[in-house]
Amino acid sequence: MKLTVWTYEGPPHVGAMRVATGMTNLHYVLHAPQGDTYADLLFTMIERRNHRPPVTYTTFQARDLGSDTANLFKTACQDAYERFKPEAILVGASCTAELIQDDPGGMAENMGLEVPVIALELPSYQRKENYGADETFFQLVRALARPVEKTAQITCNLIGPTALGFRHRDDIDELSGLLSDMGVSVNVVAPMGSTPSDIKRLGAAHFNVLMYPETGETAARWMERDLGLPYTKVVPIGVGATRDFLNEVSQITGLSPVVDDTRLRLPWYSASVDSTYLTGKRVFIFGDGTHAMTAARIARDEMGFEVVGIGCYNREMARPVRALAKSFGLEALITDDYLEVERCIENLSPEMILGTQMERHIGKRLGIPCAVISAPVHVQDFPSRYSPQMGFEGANVIFDTWVHPLVMGLEEHLLHMFRDDFEFNDEAGPSHHGGHAAQRAPSVDSVDLEPTKGLELQSQSLEMTWLSDAEKELKKIPFFVRGKARRNTETYALTQGVKKISVDTLYEAKAHYAR
Amino acid sequence: MLKSNPTSCSNAPILKERGQREVFCGLTSIIWLHRKMQDAFFLVVGSRTCAHLLQSAAGVMIFAEPRFGTAILEETDLAGLADAQQELDREVERLLSRRPDIRQLFLVGSCPSEVIKLDLAKAAQRLSQLYAPSVRVLNFTGSGIETTFTQGEDECLASMVPVLNESGQKQLLVIGALPDVVEDQMRNLLSAMGINDVAVLPATSAKHAVTVGKNTIFVATQPFLGETHSALERRGARHLPAPFPFGAEGTTAWLNVIATEFGISNERFEQVVSAPRARARKAISQASEVLSGKSVFFFPDSQLEIPLARFLVAECGMTAIEIGAPFIHKGLVGPDLDLIPEGPVISEGQDVDLQLDRVLKARPDLTVCGLGLANPLEAKGLTTKWAIELVFTPVHFYEQAGDLAGLFSRPLRRRAALSREAAA
Repeated sequence: MKLTVWTYEGPPHVGAMRVATGMTNLHYVLHAPQGDTYADLLFTMIERRNHRPPVTYTTFQARDLGSDTANLFKTACQDAYERFKPEAILVGASCTAELIQDDPGGMAENMGLEVPVIALELPSYQRKENYGADETFFQLVRALARPVEKTAQITCNLIGPTALGFRHRDDIDELSGLLSDMGVSVNVVAPMGSTPSDIKRLGAAHFNVLMYPETGETAARWMERDLGLPYTKVVPIGVGATRDFLNEVSQITGLSPVVDDTRLRLPWYSASVDSTYLTGKRVFIFGDGTHAMTAARIARDEMGFEVVGIGCYNREMARPVRALAKSFGLEALITDDYLEVERCIENLSPEMILGTQMERHIGKRLGIPCAVISAPVHVQDFPSRYSPQMGFEGANVIFDTWVHPLVMGLEEHLLHMFRDDFEFNDEAGPSHHGGHAAQRAPSVDSVDLEPTKGLELQSQSLEMTWLSDAEKELKKIPFFVRGKARRNTETYALTQGVKKISVDTLYEAKAHYAR
Repeated sequence: MLKSNPTSCSNAPILKERGQREVFCGLTSIIWLHRKMQDAFFLVVGSRTCAHLLQSAAGVMIFAEPRFGTAILEETDLAGLADAQQELDREVERLLSRRPDIRQLFLVGSCPSEVIKLDLAKAAQRLSQLYAPSVRVLNFTGSGIETTFTQGEDECLASMVPVLNESGQKQLLVIGALPDVVEDQMRNLLSAMGINDVAVLPATSAKHAVTVGKNTIFVATQPFLGETHSALERRGARHLPAPFPFGAEGTTAWLNVIATEFGISNERFEQVVSAPRARARKAISQASEVLSGKSVFFFPDSQLEIPLARFLVAECGMTAIEIGAPFIHKGLVGPDLDLIPEGPVISEGQDVDLQLDRVLKARPDLTVCGLGLANPLEAKGLTTKWAIELVFTPVHFYEQAGDLAGLFSRPLRRRAALSREAAA
């Protein structure tokens, strides 16, 4: 038993729903109690889908237990088959149905339905949402895909995008464009956008592009072995990764990796002088493994940040994330306990967080700017405009997204220059955020119902005191670096055995930490 | 004043269907209960699905540390039950040591904990002894196999009734969680009439000891409190059936039932209600310009459907096509059913696919439904009001009557405001 306040991932059957909802002509019959239907609103509200997820829940109740939950399943399955006429049916159980052991897979297979029935065994008490999506897609592919004649032209499949995925919709477009520039057309995009018939002809492609290892890797490995489809290992998020990806595709296909990159702006924007202030910004990175790892490379090599911490919540990606962290001289944080992530961020006191919606809230509480790079998703992560993460346009989007929460370069300079000006006082905050600093104004999209603690500015040690001159001097430092200045000074004082912090201590510490 | 209709819905046949029910489970009630009871912690003993539901149903993330959490059962807990009790003790100890401000702890049962028959009553008893007197530990079920949405609040309140102190004093007990501002308005109305001995269940903290006994008269502000109703009757309290306090007329009727019971004179009653009732009527009339003559269809959600349909039909001039409720407790919603003229289909329970067929055939002007159905129906050209907002928003009594009408009129005004060209 483990106490959980917020979770990064839902249960595995929600992962199966992400596969089913992304597809058409497929139906998922889920043996589940009433109440589990809440999952529908993830798709209809967060993703604003205009149709119900293709899921039938048996919604058994206490009075059904021990009498006829099995019949209830059969009726629901038969009704769903007749009403929706799918090309294939997925059947499975949610956490509660797993306990009553009705064997939905066995029952459905014996019903004599005229379409393929794919039974899912998703262990709800061990695994989570990403596993559920990956396993479901793998089972679908294994059941339906067979070796078929290759297309005459060079084609690939885009593997991994699902419903409720972080920018999957736009990544598909961006990659299709890039590949088309190289002369590769797309055979099938799956699971999102495909039908069971499309799954059958996956083998017609020449190779697979594995967009999201979290949700597509098991299927990609199976197709490599059983259908002879090699798959790409580089996830093209960021400029460097996109170029590596193009080279990888070039090696597989023999086509030239040179494509039109005139729309790519990140490198110049990053090099232009307004971005000087980004140099060495201390960032903490957390998300799913794929997005965290790609973000680390962009942060260090393309934005000039200093990565001070990196981690992921999906244990399946622990190994590569640990290896990457090591290459950055860091130890990876692998946890799905958001309180632990919060503690880690508090200790590292980074200047910026690249995280999920959870870390955005942590950042809000601690007064640290945060840009969202990964699922779990929020209605904000489905913007109406085109905003991919992958490819060249993805790099542009990432530059804008990451810089937005920060005070802009010229503005930071002005804040230093006019720090005594009444309009540039502590309460002002970045001018493009409506005039209020993040920690003071909870944003309207996510109402804080609990009082926020705000930025803790108490001394780390009770024996340490700030002399009033030093305190005044500290207040002259712009608010967005004041917390760091205070912590640095106190840490420095602690190492020097200084009990009373004076103006001199403050500036000695500043010199000590200068970079 | 509202008049009960000789040809009302109270004897109309109830359509009962059995199929997929598109409803929340009782755990969802924790979202507002934990706000209302500020020294209580709700510990769900369940699965990852329960935790995911709580964070998704809130629609917003309630940041900082919320006063609820899920003890997620793992493979090892499922193997042996003695083990699970120990594990629970450990998690509770951790929780209470981190949150010394907690005075009431609710162990909340879920579908998996009920299926494996994890005895939370036993755990609550043991833990109560361990942490008495600083923390009281109770248990109730919020599982989907036992409860639908607001029935979680019912189970929670019912779990508190047996431990309320006995009192022989004549008093009014009002049951149902209301936002503080609304509760204060209600208390002011009652005390202006001269009724000062008013207790509310749930109280905002364990300090405000609610008592019950033979001379307790109770009235509900929420229609979904059937179990609490029975539990109070078992303690000797007497129920005052009344229409629910929605709108100008519903509020007046509710107050009137209490005034009559407490022997308040007509003059006094009129003196107290006339001004707020006039304000409420005015506010409703503004919003109901859009609603009047329009049809409404309720999907089952919170059990508020019948009282709300009564408000829309009797006070806003709407026609009901179907009023679906997850469960109909005639002892509680009977007075509202009496006030709805015959005509609409009254349905209990659900087969969502069949109900969707009906709504698409009827094409009502306004459909009140859950979040899972709202956008899909909007995409088919229907105008919808998501039902959960009716539970989360202050809607009771005179001063909220206009807001309540506004919740229903806004989707219609919005549809009219958006130009068809832009939408197409």
